[in-house]
Amino acid sequence: MSEQNCLVTNDWICGEYVRSRSQELIDATVQHMGITAASVAIGVAVSLPLALLARRWRFLAGPILGLTTVLYTVPSLAMFSLLLPFFGLSASLVVTGLVLYSLTILVRNILAGLQAVPDEARDAAKGMGYGPLRLLWEVELPLALPALLAGVRITTVSTVALTTVGAIVDYGGLGSMILDGLDTTFKAQVLTASALCVLLAIVADLLLLALQRWLTPWTRVHRIRTNRPARAERTAKVAEPA
Amino acid sequence: MNAITGAYDWLTTGANWQGEKGVWHRLAEHLYFSGVCLAVACLIALPIALYLGHIGKGGALAVNISNVGRAVPTLAVLVLLTLTPLGEHGDVPTLIALVLFAVPPLLTNAYIGMREVDRAVVEAARGMGMSGRQLFARVELPLAYPLIMTGVRSAGVQVVATATLAAMAGEGGLGRIITAGFNLQNTPQVVAGALLVALLALFVEVVLVVVGKVFNPMRGRSGVAR
Repeated sequence: MSEQNCLVTNDWICGEYVRSRSQELIDATVQHMGITAASVAIGVAVSLPLALLARRWRFLAGPILGLTTVLYTVPSLAMFSLLLPFFGLSASLVVTGLVLYSLTILVRNILAGLQAVPDEARDAAKGMGYGPLRLLWEVELPLALPALLAGVRITTVSTVALTTVGAIVDYGGLGSMILDGLDTTFKAQVLTASALCVLLAIVADLLLLALQRWLTPWTRVHRIRTNRPARAERTAKVAEPA
Repeated sequence: MNAITGAYDWLTTGANWQGEKGVWHRLAEHLYFSGVCLAVACLIALPIALYLGHIGKGGALAVNISNVGRAVPTLAVLVLLTLTPLGEHGDVPTLIALVLFAVPPLLTNAYIGMREVDRAVVEAARGMGMSGRQLFARVELPLAYPLIMTGVRSAGVQVVATATLAAMAGEGGLGRIITAGFNLQNTPQVVAGALLVALLALFVEVVLVVVGKVFNPMRGRSGVAR
Protein backbone atom coordinates (compact mmCIF):
# COMPACT_ATOMS: atom_id res chain seq x y z
CA MET A 1 0.00 0.00 0.00
CA SER A 2 2.93 2.27 0.66
CA GLU A 3 3.71 1.85 -3.05
CA GLN A 4 0.55 3.71 -3.90
CA ASN A 5 0.56 6.15 -1.04
CA CYS A 6 4.10 7.41 -1.24
CA LEU A 7 2.98 10.09 -3.70
CA VAL A 8 0.40 11.26 -1.19
CA THR A 9 2.68 11.12 1.85
CA ASN A 10 5.47 12.79 -0.15
CA ASP A 11 8.17 10.24 0.65
CA TRP A 12 11.75 10.73 -0.49
CA ILE A 13 11.84 7.36 -2.21
CA CYS A 14 8.82 6.50 -4.26
CA GLY A 15 8.64 3.68 -6.78
CA GLU A 16 5.24 4.83 -7.93
CA TYR A 17 6.70 8.19 -8.92
CA VAL A 18 9.42 6.58 -11.04
CA ARG A 19 6.83 4.36 -12.70
CA SER A 20 4.19 6.96 -13.42
CA ARG A 21 6.54 9.76 -14.48
CA SER A 22 9.21 7.71 -16.23
CA GLN A 23 8.66 9.52 -19.54
CA GLU A 24 9.32 12.87 -17.89
CA LEU A 25 12.47 11.51 -16.25
CA ILE A 26 13.71 10.04 -19.52
CA ASP A 27 13.13 13.32 -21.36
CA ALA A 28 15.05 15.25 -18.72
CA THR A 29 17.90 12.73 -18.76
CA VAL A 30 18.09 12.87 -22.55
CA GLN A 31 18.19 16.66 -22.45
CA HIS A 32 20.86 16.50 -19.76
CA MET A 33 23.01 14.10 -21.79
CA GLY A 34 22.53 16.14 -24.97
CA ILE A 35 23.62 19.40 -23.32
CA THR A 36 26.61 17.72 -21.65
CA ALA A 37 27.74 15.92 -24.81
CA ALA A 38 27.39 19.03 -26.97
CA SER A 39 29.29 21.16 -24.42
CA VAL A 40 32.19 18.72 -24.08
CA ALA A 41 32.41 18.13 -27.84
CA ILE A 42 32.45 21.85 -28.64
CA GLY A 43 34.84 22.39 -25.72
CA VAL A 44 37.35 19.93 -27.20
CA ALA A 45 36.93 21.43 -30.68
CA VAL A 46 37.68 24.92 -29.30
CA SER A 47 40.44 23.90 -26.87
CA LEU A 48 42.53 21.98 -29.37
CA PRO A 49 43.34 24.98 -31.60
CA LEU A 50 43.79 27.17 -28.50
CA ALA A 51 46.30 24.70 -27.05
CA LEU A 52 48.10 24.51 -30.40
CA LEU A 53 48.26 28.31 -30.56
CA ALA A 54 49.59 28.50 -27.03
CA ARG A 55 52.24 25.94 -27.87
CA ARG A 56 53.24 27.52 -31.20
CA TRP A 57 53.57 31.06 -29.86
CA ARG A 58 54.84 31.32 -26.31
CA PHE A 59 53.57 34.86 -25.83
CA LEU A 60 50.00 33.65 -26.40
CA ALA A 61 50.22 30.95 -23.74
CA GLY A 62 49.95 33.40 -20.82
CA PRO A 63 46.86 35.27 -22.06
CA ILE A 64 45.07 32.08 -23.20
CA LEU A 65 45.64 30.24 -19.91
CA GLY A 66 44.95 33.39 -17.89
CA LEU A 67 41.67 34.17 -19.64
CA THR A 68 40.32 30.63 -19.37
CA THR A 69 41.22 30.59 -15.67
CA VAL A 70 39.41 33.87 -15.06
CA LEU A 71 36.31 32.43 -16.77
CA TYR A 72 36.47 29.55 -14.31
CA THR A 73 36.06 31.83 -11.30
CA VAL A 74 32.77 33.27 -12.59
CA PRO A 75 29.90 31.60 -10.70
CA SER A 76 27.71 29.51 -13.01
CA LEU A 77 24.50 31.38 -12.25
CA ALA A 78 26.27 34.62 -13.20
CA MET A 79 27.81 33.03 -16.29
CA PHE A 80 24.45 31.91 -17.67
CA SER A 81 22.89 35.25 -16.78
CA LEU A 82 25.64 37.26 -18.46
CA LEU A 83 25.11 35.31 -21.69
CA LEU A 84 21.35 35.91 -21.54
CA PRO A 85 21.31 39.09 -23.67
CA PHE A 86 23.22 37.27 -26.43
CA PHE A 87 21.32 34.00 -26.60
CA GLY A 88 17.98 34.57 -24.87
CA LEU A 89 16.36 31.67 -23.03
CA SER A 90 17.75 28.76 -25.02
CA ALA A 91 19.75 25.56 -24.76
CA SER A 92 22.62 27.21 -26.65
CA LEU A 93 22.94 29.65 -23.73
CA VAL A 94 23.59 26.77 -21.34
CA VAL A 95 25.90 25.00 -23.79
CA THR A 96 27.95 28.17 -24.35
CA GLY A 97 28.38 28.71 -20.62
CA LEU A 98 29.47 25.12 -20.11
CA VAL A 99 31.89 25.30 -23.05
CA LEU A 100 33.52 28.37 -21.49
CA TYR A 101 34.03 26.43 -18.24
CA SER A 102 35.41 23.37 -20.04
CA LEU A 103 38.16 25.39 -21.71
CA THR A 104 40.17 25.82 -18.49
CA ILE A 105 40.78 22.14 -17.92
CA LEU A 106 40.85 21.05 -21.56
CA VAL A 107 43.36 23.65 -22.79
CA ARG A 108 45.67 22.94 -19.86
CA ASN A 109 45.53 19.19 -20.29
CA ILE A 110 45.96 19.21 -24.06
CA LEU A 111 48.89 21.61 -23.73
CA ALA A 112 50.50 19.47 -21.02
CA GLY A 113 49.96 16.38 -23.16
CA LEU A 114 51.53 17.94 -26.24
CA GLN A 115 54.49 19.26 -24.24
CA ALA A 116 55.08 15.82 -22.76
CA VAL A 117 55.65 14.27 -26.21
CA PRO A 118 59.31 13.16 -26.16
CA ASP A 119 61.58 15.13 -28.47
CA GLU A 120 63.07 11.88 -29.76
CA ALA A 121 59.69 10.76 -31.05
CA ARG A 122 59.18 14.10 -32.76
CA ASP A 123 62.68 14.08 -34.25
CA ALA A 124 62.33 10.50 -35.44
CA ALA A 125 59.07 11.34 -37.22
CA LYS A 126 60.63 14.43 -38.80
CA GLY A 127 63.59 12.30 -39.90
CA MET A 128 61.18 9.94 -41.57
CA GLY A 129 59.89 12.86 -43.59
CA TYR A 130 56.67 13.66 -41.69
CA GLY A 131 55.25 17.11 -42.40
CA PRO A 132 53.92 19.25 -39.52
CA LEU A 133 50.29 18.16 -40.02
CA ARG A 134 51.10 14.48 -40.28
CA LEU A 135 53.43 14.81 -37.28
CA LEU A 136 50.61 16.32 -35.26
CA TRP A 137 47.97 13.85 -36.36
CA GLU A 138 49.97 10.61 -36.32
CA VAL A 139 52.55 11.18 -33.60
CA GLU A 140 51.83 14.08 -31.24
CA LEU A 141 48.07 13.76 -30.83
CA PRO A 142 48.11 10.00 -30.14
CA LEU A 143 50.87 10.50 -27.57
CA ALA A 144 48.94 13.39 -25.99
CA LEU A 145 45.74 11.34 -25.97
CA PRO A 146 45.97 10.04 -22.38
CA ALA A 147 46.31 13.61 -21.05
CA LEU A 148 43.59 14.85 -23.38
CA LEU A 149 41.16 12.13 -22.33
CA ALA A 150 41.97 12.67 -18.66
CA GLY A 151 40.91 16.28 -19.22
CA VAL A 152 37.76 15.19 -21.04
CA ARG A 153 36.84 12.94 -18.10
CA ILE A 154 37.21 15.70 -15.52
CA THR A 155 35.32 18.11 -17.76
CA THR A 156 32.49 15.67 -18.43
CA VAL A 157 31.93 14.87 -14.78
CA SER A 158 31.82 18.50 -13.73
CA THR A 159 29.72 19.45 -16.77
CA VAL A 160 27.08 16.86 -15.82
CA ALA A 161 26.88 18.49 -12.39
CA LEU A 162 26.91 22.06 -13.74
CA THR A 163 24.21 21.44 -16.34
CA THR A 164 21.69 21.42 -13.48
CA VAL A 165 22.19 25.17 -13.03
CA GLY A 166 20.79 25.60 -16.54
CA ALA A 167 17.45 25.09 -14.77
CA ILE A 168 17.42 28.86 -14.27
CA VAL A 169 16.65 29.21 -18.00
CA ASP A 170 14.63 25.94 -18.16
CA TYR A 171 17.33 24.00 -20.00
CA GLY A 172 18.92 22.21 -17.07
CA GLY A 173 17.82 18.67 -17.89
CA LEU A 174 17.54 16.91 -14.54
CA GLY A 175 18.27 20.24 -12.84
CA SER A 176 14.97 21.59 -14.10
CA MET A 177 13.21 18.67 -12.40
CA ILE A 178 15.13 19.35 -9.18
CA LEU A 179 14.13 23.01 -9.17
CA ASP A 180 10.58 22.13 -10.12
CA GLY A 181 10.52 19.65 -7.26
CA LEU A 182 11.63 22.39 -4.88
CA ASP A 183 8.84 24.71 -5.96
CA THR A 184 6.23 22.02 -5.38
CA THR A 185 8.10 20.43 -2.39
CA PHE A 186 7.94 17.15 -4.26
CA LYS A 187 10.63 15.16 -2.44
CA ALA A 188 10.62 12.03 -4.61
CA GLN A 189 11.21 14.11 -7.74
CA VAL A 190 14.13 16.00 -6.18
CA LEU A 191 15.85 12.87 -4.88
CA THR A 192 15.27 10.79 -8.02
CA ALA A 193 16.54 13.53 -10.33
CA SER A 194 19.57 14.19 -8.10
CA ALA A 195 20.45 10.51 -7.95
CA LEU A 196 20.09 10.18 -11.73
CA CYS A 197 22.39 13.14 -12.14
CA VAL A 198 25.15 11.57 -10.03
CA LEU A 199 24.60 8.23 -11.76
CA LEU A 200 24.95 9.93 -15.15
CA ALA A 201 28.29 11.43 -14.11
CA ILE A 202 29.62 8.06 -12.93
CA VAL A 203 28.47 6.19 -16.05
CA ALA A 204 29.95 8.86 -18.33
CA ASP A 205 33.26 8.68 -16.45
CA LEU A 206 33.42 4.90 -16.73
CA LEU A 207 32.58 4.99 -20.44
CA LEU A 208 35.33 7.52 -21.07
CA LEU A 209 37.76 5.43 -19.04
CA ALA A 210 36.91 2.44 -21.24
CA LEU A 211 37.37 4.59 -24.34
CA GLN A 212 40.73 5.77 -23.05
CA ARG A 213 41.94 2.22 -22.46
CA TRP A 214 40.71 1.14 -25.87
CA LEU A 215 42.31 4.06 -27.70
CA THR A 216 45.66 3.92 -25.91
CA PRO A 217 46.59 0.24 -25.61
CA TRP A 218 50.30 1.14 -25.40
CA THR A 219 49.89 2.77 -21.98
CA ARG A 220 49.25 -0.68 -20.53
CA VAL A 221 52.26 -2.25 -22.20
CA HIS A 222 54.87 0.31 -21.19
CA ARG A 223 54.57 1.07 -17.50
CA ILE A 224 56.57 4.29 -17.84
CA ARG A 225 53.84 6.11 -19.68
CA THR A 226 51.08 5.31 -17.24
CA ASN A 227 52.25 8.22 -15.13
CA ARG A 228 51.29 10.78 -17.73
CA PRO A 229 47.53 11.05 -17.24
CA ALA A 230 48.04 11.27 -13.51
CA ARG A 231 50.40 14.18 -13.94
CA ALA A 232 48.05 15.91 -16.33
CA GLU A 233 45.24 15.54 -13.89
CA ARG A 234 47.33 17.23 -11.27
CA THR A 235 47.97 20.24 -13.49
CA ALA A 236 44.25 20.62 -13.86
CA LYS A 237 43.69 21.09 -10.15
CA VAL A 238 41.81 24.35 -9.98
CA ALA A 239 38.66 25.47 -8.25
CA GLU A 240 35.46 24.02 -9.60
CA PRO A 241 32.76 26.43 -10.64
CA ALA A 242 29.49 26.13 -8.79
CA MET B 1 22.71 45.90 -26.58
CA ASN B 2 19.68 47.11 -24.64
CA ALA B 3 20.35 44.77 -21.74
CA ILE B 4 23.86 46.13 -21.24
CA THR B 5 22.82 49.78 -21.07
CA GLY B 6 19.83 48.68 -19.02
CA ALA B 7 22.15 46.92 -16.59
CA TYR B 8 24.22 50.09 -16.31
CA ASP B 9 21.08 52.09 -15.56
CA TRP B 10 20.02 49.51 -12.97
CA LEU B 11 23.38 49.64 -11.24
CA THR B 12 23.47 53.43 -11.19
CA THR B 13 19.99 53.72 -9.69
CA GLY B 14 20.47 54.41 -6.00
CA ALA B 15 17.16 52.82 -5.02
CA ASN B 16 18.41 49.40 -6.15
CA TRP B 17 21.19 49.51 -3.58
CA GLN B 18 19.02 50.33 -0.56
CA GLY B 19 16.70 48.28 1.58
CA GLU B 20 16.01 44.65 2.32
CA LYS B 21 16.37 43.55 -1.32
CA GLY B 22 19.06 46.07 -2.21
CA VAL B 23 22.60 45.34 -3.31
CA TRP B 24 24.23 46.31 0.00
CA HIS B 25 22.04 43.99 2.05
CA ARG B 26 22.48 41.08 -0.39
CA LEU B 27 26.22 41.68 -0.51
CA ALA B 28 26.41 41.62 3.29
CA GLU B 29 24.43 38.34 3.36
CA HIS B 30 26.71 36.90 0.69
CA LEU B 31 29.91 37.84 2.49
CA TYR B 32 28.52 36.63 5.82
CA PHE B 33 27.62 33.20 4.39
CA SER B 34 30.93 32.89 2.55
CA GLY B 35 33.15 34.10 5.37
CA VAL B 36 31.61 31.95 8.10
CA CYS B 37 31.58 28.86 5.92
CA LEU B 38 35.13 29.26 4.67
CA ALA B 39 36.34 29.65 8.25
CA VAL B 40 34.39 26.60 9.45
CA ALA B 41 35.58 24.52 6.47
CA CYS B 42 39.19 25.50 7.18
CA LEU B 43 38.79 24.56 10.85
CA ILE B 44 37.44 21.15 9.85
CA ALA B 45 39.59 20.28 6.85
CA LEU B 46 43.02 21.77 7.51
CA PRO B 47 43.84 20.01 10.82
CA ILE B 48 42.78 16.65 9.35
CA ALA B 49 44.69 17.15 6.09
CA LEU B 50 47.82 18.45 7.81
CA TYR B 51 47.82 15.60 10.28
CA LEU B 52 47.26 12.96 7.58
CA GLY B 53 49.97 14.59 5.49
CA HIS B 54 52.36 14.62 8.44
CA ILE B 55 51.93 10.93 9.19
CA GLY B 56 51.66 10.13 5.47
CA LYS B 57 48.41 8.20 5.57
CA GLY B 58 44.97 8.55 4.04
CA GLY B 59 46.15 9.89 0.71
CA ALA B 60 43.54 8.02 -1.28
CA LEU B 61 40.80 9.53 0.87
CA ALA B 62 42.13 13.08 0.53
CA VAL B 63 42.46 12.88 -3.24
CA ASN B 64 39.31 10.93 -4.01
CA ILE B 65 37.02 13.08 -1.92
CA SER B 66 37.83 15.90 -4.32
CA ASN B 67 37.00 13.80 -7.37
CA VAL B 68 33.72 12.64 -5.87
CA GLY B 69 32.85 16.24 -5.02
CA ARG B 70 33.09 17.11 -8.69
CA ALA B 71 30.29 14.70 -9.59
CA VAL B 72 27.83 16.00 -7.01
CA PRO B 73 25.61 18.78 -8.37
CA THR B 74 25.66 21.75 -6.01
CA LEU B 75 22.10 22.67 -6.87
CA ALA B 76 20.85 19.18 -6.00
CA VAL B 77 22.51 19.28 -2.56
CA LEU B 78 21.13 22.74 -1.82
CA VAL B 79 17.61 21.74 -2.81
CA LEU B 80 17.78 18.41 -0.97
CA LEU B 81 18.96 20.11 2.22
CA THR B 82 16.28 22.77 1.90
CA LEU B 83 13.57 20.12 1.73
CA THR B 84 14.81 18.26 4.82
CA PRO B 85 13.69 19.39 8.29
CA LEU B 86 16.85 21.54 8.32
CA GLY B 87 15.16 23.76 5.76
CA GLU B 88 12.93 25.21 8.48
CA HIS B 89 15.97 26.76 10.14
CA GLY B 90 16.53 29.53 7.59
CA ASP B 91 20.16 29.73 6.61
CA VAL B 92 21.25 26.33 7.93
CA PRO B 93 20.94 24.36 4.63
CA THR B 94 23.00 26.97 2.79
CA LEU B 95 25.68 27.03 5.48
CA ILE B 96 25.98 23.23 5.52
CA ALA B 97 26.12 23.00 1.73
CA LEU B 98 28.78 25.71 1.52
CA VAL B 99 30.96 23.98 4.11
CA LEU B 100 30.53 20.64 2.31
CA PHE B 101 31.70 22.16 -0.95
CA ALA B 102 34.65 24.01 0.55
CA VAL B 103 36.12 20.98 2.31
CA PRO B 104 37.36 18.89 -0.69
CA PRO B 105 39.74 21.47 -2.23
CA LEU B 106 41.11 22.34 1.23
CA LEU B 107 41.65 18.70 2.13
CA THR B 108 43.24 17.68 -1.16
CA ASN B 109 45.58 20.64 -1.54
CA ALA B 110 46.77 20.67 2.06
CA TYR B 111 47.42 16.92 1.97
CA ILE B 112 49.28 17.03 -1.34
CA GLY B 113 51.23 20.08 -0.15
CA MET B 114 52.41 18.18 2.92
CA ARG B 115 53.33 15.10 0.91
CA GLU B 116 55.21 17.02 -1.76
CA VAL B 117 57.65 18.51 0.70
CA ASP B 118 61.07 17.26 -0.41
CA ARG B 119 61.76 14.00 1.47
CA ALA B 120 65.47 14.81 1.58
CA VAL B 121 64.72 18.02 3.47
CA VAL B 122 62.52 16.14 5.92
CA GLU B 123 65.20 13.52 6.47
CA ALA B 124 67.82 16.23 6.98
CA ALA B 125 65.64 17.94 9.60
CA ARG B 126 65.13 14.63 11.36
CA GLY B 127 68.89 14.04 11.23
CA MET B 128 69.40 17.39 12.96
CA GLY B 129 67.36 16.01 15.82
CA MET B 130 64.05 17.79 15.23
CA SER B 131 61.07 16.23 16.96
CA GLY B 132 57.94 15.40 15.02
CA ARG B 133 56.32 18.58 16.24
CA GLN B 134 59.27 20.78 15.30
CA LEU B 135 59.51 19.08 11.94
CA PHE B 136 55.83 19.80 11.35
CA ALA B 137 55.87 23.45 12.41
CA ARG B 138 59.26 24.54 11.09
CA VAL B 139 59.81 22.45 7.96
CA GLU B 140 56.69 20.83 6.55
CA LEU B 141 54.17 23.59 7.20
CA PRO B 142 56.22 26.47 5.71
CA LEU B 143 57.12 24.40 2.65
CA ALA B 144 53.57 23.16 2.13
CA TYR B 145 52.16 26.66 2.59
CA PRO B 146 51.84 27.64 -1.10
CA LEU B 147 49.70 24.61 -1.93
CA ILE B 148 47.65 24.97 1.23
CA MET B 149 46.85 28.54 0.21
CA THR B 150 45.94 27.39 -3.30
CA GLY B 151 43.38 25.16 -1.61
CA VAL B 152 42.07 28.03 0.50
CA ARG B 153 41.74 30.14 -2.64
CA SER B 154 39.88 27.39 -4.51
CA ALA B 155 37.61 26.90 -1.54
CA GLY B 156 37.01 30.64 -1.19
CA VAL B 157 35.97 31.07 -4.81
CA GLN B 158 33.91 27.90 -4.59
CA VAL B 159 32.05 29.18 -1.54
CA VAL B 160 31.30 32.55 -3.14
CA ALA B 161 30.02 30.79 -6.27
CA THR B 162 27.93 28.32 -4.28
CA ALA B 163 26.43 31.10 -2.19
CA THR B 164 25.11 32.46 -5.50
CA LEU B 165 23.33 29.19 -6.19
CA ALA B 166 21.72 29.31 -2.75
CA ALA B 167 19.42 31.95 -4.22
CA MET B 168 17.92 29.32 -6.54
CA ALA B 169 16.96 27.34 -3.44
CA GLY B 170 15.31 30.46 -2.02
CA GLU B 171 18.06 31.67 0.30
CA GLY B 172 19.64 35.12 0.39
CA GLY B 173 22.81 36.50 -1.12
CA LEU B 174 23.65 38.32 -4.34
CA GLY B 175 22.20 35.50 -6.45
CA ARG B 176 18.76 36.70 -5.33
CA ILE B 177 19.15 39.78 -7.51
CA ILE B 178 19.59 37.45 -10.50
CA THR B 179 16.73 35.09 -9.65
CA ALA B 180 14.46 38.03 -8.83
CA GLY B 181 15.34 39.48 -12.24
CA PHE B 182 14.37 36.20 -13.88
CA ASN B 183 11.06 36.13 -12.04
CA LEU B 184 10.30 39.72 -13.07
CA GLN B 185 11.55 38.97 -16.61
CA ASN B 186 13.78 41.98 -16.09
CA THR B 187 16.86 41.15 -18.17
CA PRO B 188 18.79 44.32 -17.23
CA GLN B 189 18.49 43.38 -13.56
CA VAL B 190 19.63 39.80 -14.32
CA VAL B 191 22.71 41.11 -16.14
CA ALA B 192 23.44 43.70 -13.44
CA GLY B 193 23.23 41.03 -10.74
CA ALA B 194 25.43 38.68 -12.74
CA LEU B 195 28.03 41.43 -13.19
CA LEU B 196 28.07 42.08 -9.44
CA VAL B 197 28.46 38.37 -8.67
CA ALA B 198 31.22 37.87 -11.25
CA LEU B 199 33.10 40.92 -9.96
CA LEU B 200 32.78 39.72 -6.37
CA ALA B 201 34.17 36.28 -7.28
CA LEU B 202 37.15 37.83 -9.07
CA PHE B 203 37.66 40.28 -6.19
CA VAL B 204 37.68 37.46 -3.63
CA GLU B 205 40.19 35.56 -5.77
CA VAL B 206 42.51 38.57 -5.93
CA VAL B 207 42.18 39.30 -2.21
CA LEU B 208 43.03 35.71 -1.32
CA VAL B 209 46.06 35.77 -3.63
CA VAL B 210 47.32 38.93 -1.90
CA VAL B 211 46.58 37.55 1.59
CA GLY B 212 48.45 34.36 0.68
CA LYS B 213 51.50 36.33 -0.46
CA VAL B 214 51.55 38.61 2.59
CA PHE B 215 51.40 35.78 5.11
CA ASN B 216 53.81 33.45 3.33
CA PRO B 217 56.23 32.29 6.03
CA MET B 218 58.98 32.01 3.41
CA ARG B 219 58.48 35.57 2.21
CA GLY B 220 61.66 37.57 1.91
CA ARG B 221 63.87 34.54 2.29
CA SER B 222 66.31 33.77 -0.43
CA GLY B 223 66.23 30.62 -2.48
CA VAL B 224 62.48 30.15 -2.45
CA ALA B 225 61.75 28.12 -5.53
CA ARG B 226 57.96 28.01 -5.29
